[in-house]
Amino acid sequence: MIYRESGDYSTTYAQDSQTFPIRFDRYRFYAVVFVAYCIIPFIINDYWASAIFVPFLIYAIAAIGLNILTGFCGQVSLGTGGFMAVGGYSVYKLMTSFPDVNIAIHVLLAGLITAGVGILFGLPSLRIKGFYLAVATLAAQFFLVWLFNRVPWFYNYSASGMINSPERTIFGYIVTGPSTEAWAKYLICLVFLTLCAVLARNMTRGTLGRKWMAIRDMDIAAEIIGVDPLKAKLSAFAISSFFIGIAGALFFAVYLGAAEAGDSFGITKSFLVLFMIIIGGLGSIFGSFAGAAFMVLMPVLLKNVLVGQLGWATDLAAHLEFVIVGALIIIFLIMEPHGLAQLWRLAKEKLRLWPFPH
Amino acid sequence: MKLKIATLAVGAVMAAAPVMADLVFPSLSYRTGPFAAGGIPFADGYSDYFTLLNERDGGIGGEAIRVPECETAYNTEKGVECYEALKGEGALVFQPLSTGITYQLIPKSAADDIPVHSMGYGRTSAKNGKVFSHVFNYPVNYWDGASVGVNHFKEQAGGSLEGKKITLLHFNGAYGKEPIPTLTKLAEVEGFDFNAIPIDYPGQEQKSQWLQIRRERPDYVLFWGWGVMNQVAVQEAANIRFNMENFMGIWWSGSENDVIPAGAGANGYKALQFHNVGSDFPVFADIQKYVVDAGKAAGAGDQVGTVLYNRGVYAAFLAAEAAATAQAATGNSSITAGDMRDAMEALEINEAKMAAAGLPGFGPTFTVTCENHGGGGMAAVSQWDAASQSWSLISDFSASDSSIVDPLIMADSAAYATENNLPERCN
Amino acid sequence: MPDQFLFAIEVMINGLMAGVLYALVALGFVLIFKSSGIFNYAQGVFALFAALTLVGLQEGQIPFSHLINAIFGTHIHHFGWHIHSVIAIAMTVAVMVLLAILVERYILRHLVNQPDIILFMATIGLAYFMEGFGDLMWGSEIKTLDIGLPQGGSFWIEENTAWLGGENFYGFFIDRLDIVAAIVAAILVLALTLFSQYTKQGRALRAVADDHQAALSVGISLRYIWVLVWAIAGIVALVAGIMWGSKSGVQFSLSLIALKALPVLMLGGFTSIPGAIVGGLIIGVGEKLFEFTIGAPFLGGATENWFAYVLALLFLVFRPQGLFGDKIIERV
Repeated sequence: MIYRESGDYSTTYAQDSQTFPIRFDRYRFYAVVFVAYCIIPFIINDYWASAIFVPFLIYAIAAIGLNILTGFCGQVSLGTGGFMAVGGYSVYKLMTSFPDVNIAIHVLLAGLITAGVGILFGLPSLRIKGFYLAVATLAAQFFLVWLFNRVPWFYNYSASGMINSPERTIFGYIVTGPSTEAWAKYLICLVFLTLCAVLARNMTRGTLGRKWMAIRDMDIAAEIIGVDPLKAKLSAFAISSFFIGIAGALFFAVYLGAAEAGDSFGITKSFLVLFMIIIGGLGSIFGSFAGAAFMVLMPVLLKNVLVGQLGWATDLAAHLEFVIVGALIIIFLIMEPHGLAQLWRLAKEKLRLWPFPH
Repeated sequence: MKLKIATLAVGAVMAAAPVMADLVFPSLSYRTGPFAAGGIPFADGYSDYFTLLNERDGGIGGEAIRVPECETAYNTEKGVECYEALKGEGALVFQPLSTGITYQLIPKSAADDIPVHSMGYGRTSAKNGKVFSHVFNYPVNYWDGASVGVNHFKEQAGGSLEGKKITLLHFNGAYGKEPIPTLTKLAEVEGFDFNAIPIDYPGQEQKSQWLQIRRERPDYVLFWGWGVMNQVAVQEAANIRFNMENFMGIWWSGSENDVIPAGAGANGYKALQFHNVGSDFPVFADIQKYVVDAGKAAGAGDQVGTVLYNRGVYAAFLAAEAAATAQAATGNSSITAGDMRDAMEALEINEAKMAAAGLPGFGPTFTVTCENHGGGGMAAVSQWDAASQSWSLISDFSASDSSIVDPLIMADSAAYATENNLPERCN
Repeated sequence: MPDQFLFAIEVMINGLMAGVLYALVALGFVLIFKSSGIFNYAQGVFALFAALTLVGLQEGQIPFSHLINAIFGTHIHHFGWHIHSVIAIAMTVAVMVLLAILVERYILRHLVNQPDIILFMATIGLAYFMEGFGDLMWGSEIKTLDIGLPQGGSFWIEENTAWLGGENFYGFFIDRLDIVAAIVAAILVLALTLFSQYTKQGRALRAVADDHQAALSVGISLRYIWVLVWAIAGIVALVAGIMWGSKSGVQFSLSLIALKALPVLMLGGFTSIPGAIVGGLIIGVGEKLFEFTIGAPFLGGATENWFAYVLALLFLVFRPQGLFGDKIIERV
């Protein structure tokens, strides 16, 4: 087959430590990157950008971030919405305070600010474990949303507390604001996603990632073999929040263009991203993509089929959407309990052995 | 529609594609989610009025109307998807029906040259047409509402609010925070004490807020709520035996949904309205005849005459009038979104037009100009009668205090213009 | 007594009452978590579904009428009868039991021995499904729930306590619905305790909660216990749905009350019924008192939501397993 015949035969260290050791995987990866960068930007239109690709890319960043914390380091978090709000409001303040600085730098800075906030709310994780830890992140969620709603400085004292993203450019191309072209919106999110994914992939298979996984599997045992839980847990909180902050910044500046803490970054957002990584697969970068795709694309797809193709009334279709998504989640689980990523791994395994499974 | 679904349900492929019509009025409805109870009647009314025009008059100026519906569930992200999907269909005007979606569309509408009509919601300062070219919020906005409400209380108090205490109970978000600047300003001018009590979404638990009201005994309470918050607030007000005469909601907190669960306790609760209530207008007989009885109603047909249904009808009426104005101006029965925008900016609603549409005295008369996208800012006060289970207007449509509202609008829109580098229009 | 002090007491009493209502929701979570280790995300939706079913049955609404009308072009809505609330409640209980059987038959049975996170995820799917299904079945309009529970402040208490303070104090305000809720909650907890202590099924339930494997090996049917537990949780959801729904009408937002139960759960511990009650009371009093003393006067109000979590967090820092949770013993 197109896969390895029997075992790994690496002759150099470079070969041994590459991200995709299987040649077919590597080519497939290159093909996806090629399509994403060189084909889609030329054919994308407003609908595909705003309704499908941009939200998918941004949620994928958030899902990677949460997956680092929950999937790799085992710390349950329900504060994703709040951390995204930090990213969104930071980028707004930065954009309006320093209009001449490049927006990409603002987005990265917003990520760093969120990382700081993440560390702060990650401190209780040193004492509280499991489901109970969710309370610390929930406190963050509700407190941050309340704070952004309460303190007028965050929204530049506007009458209603809404924030609007002004027009900003990169290399002379508009990337935020109403006149943004579909491809520009798409590309900026794609670039950030690529950077985040590469970073996350390499971190999770390096020393840091191994420490996280050791903490996840059993923190006391990890401590005994020399992993510092303080550093490991807080670094997971920081890096996870950094990604989530970037996602929040893009969510506000590029995707929505106008946001309000409670409406755009509420608790439902936290649950949504958590669902993504659980459905996609905990502890898997690919799973973050799969989960984000499932949760973003499935409702749009169902809507378009039920309302657009079949002509059902919108409310019936909306109710049926819930029923179908719910049923699909349950069916997937019963078929393959470890998420879409495991389904993918199994498919690969089967393909590798095909046509001689025994 | 129903026939179509029936054919489908038995497994057949859709027999006939929808008739391609030229006038497209998309409906961003929310028949699901936390605010469904308010979204259903509005969407029904909006759609039914256009169906009536199609059935009775053959559309507007001979052009058939199409109302593609898209479910937003009051969710901004779904709203974005709906907007992008529908703008390609030749939409003439969008009614975003949610604060979040409105703010999202304000900058976009100008870029896409499609007008947005946020009727009695959205960004108040969009009234200033010099800054907001494609956003209209006629006939009234939240700051007008606050002013008219305070004027009503002033009248009730015998002409002066000096030394009185007014509390604003509000949704803790953009929508609920809108009236605060106006009320702060009014408090200075009228000499009353003002304080605001926020309620977090969703607002099922309002014990703290109402205990605070019970302790502080404000003379009057204004209320900006939406969804379950409304029902709970009315119930809690009845529980602490707050005098309902002195408790007034904005138009989004004044429908049958909000008061019926509280039963007799809600009797006397007031709400602002910018259109008339009840089903005592010729148009409803026509809707019954041409739409509901013909089986063409958008919903179950049981909402006809409720406050929010009427609001949907009113929104559709204003949109249809603007379309007719556009047809007259261009001399062409098929119009574009750009023509529609120009016509909305030149819209004049008078008694004759309302009567011709079967809606005599249904709303205030007003004109829209390039500078003023907000109409006359007239609102009336309605009151709930629990015994007859009906709302009725207890005042005429009266104008807000423009000496207070207008400077605030100028200041807020100027801030938006500087932030986004917008040139001034209408010069 | 100074008025401010009396007001604080009033806030506290109302906090206790609100706490009971939170505890009612939390109870459903605890029951399921204790016996099967599942964090049932769908509990809030269960409350909504139960309340919708109750109103629907009481008012004689035809289930799926919307869907039927859309497909067949008919105009049916009501059977045209009104069922007495007691009978309607009994029928709703039957529906919730049926639901428990279906959940066990089609979901749990296939997921035996899976990790907790998988079961949690299954309940997410279930929540989505039930949300759509409930709306499809009964429609998403707001419905008035009236089974004859008293509403409004108690005059008697108000009049008999007014003398305590000065002329700015009008007597304690206590909602009669809250009193009913407190009584119902007390009966419910008592019944559950008696049930789990003194009946065969109850003992089996505790055995399962203690150790699945050991319980199986002494011949306890896990499936039966799961149906039992989910049915009880469904009934608790119905009670919570009635109490919350009487106040606000039955509508989608009812499913969001689960959010109010989360800090209670964290504080009280996922595995303890008394924990849910005590946790509810602490959260109720804590958030109301904070809003009264600090939140409203100094922070601009609406602090309750986050303070509930901060309060839970403070407790957890000192007792990481929750107030009454099982002691966490870690072995390497």
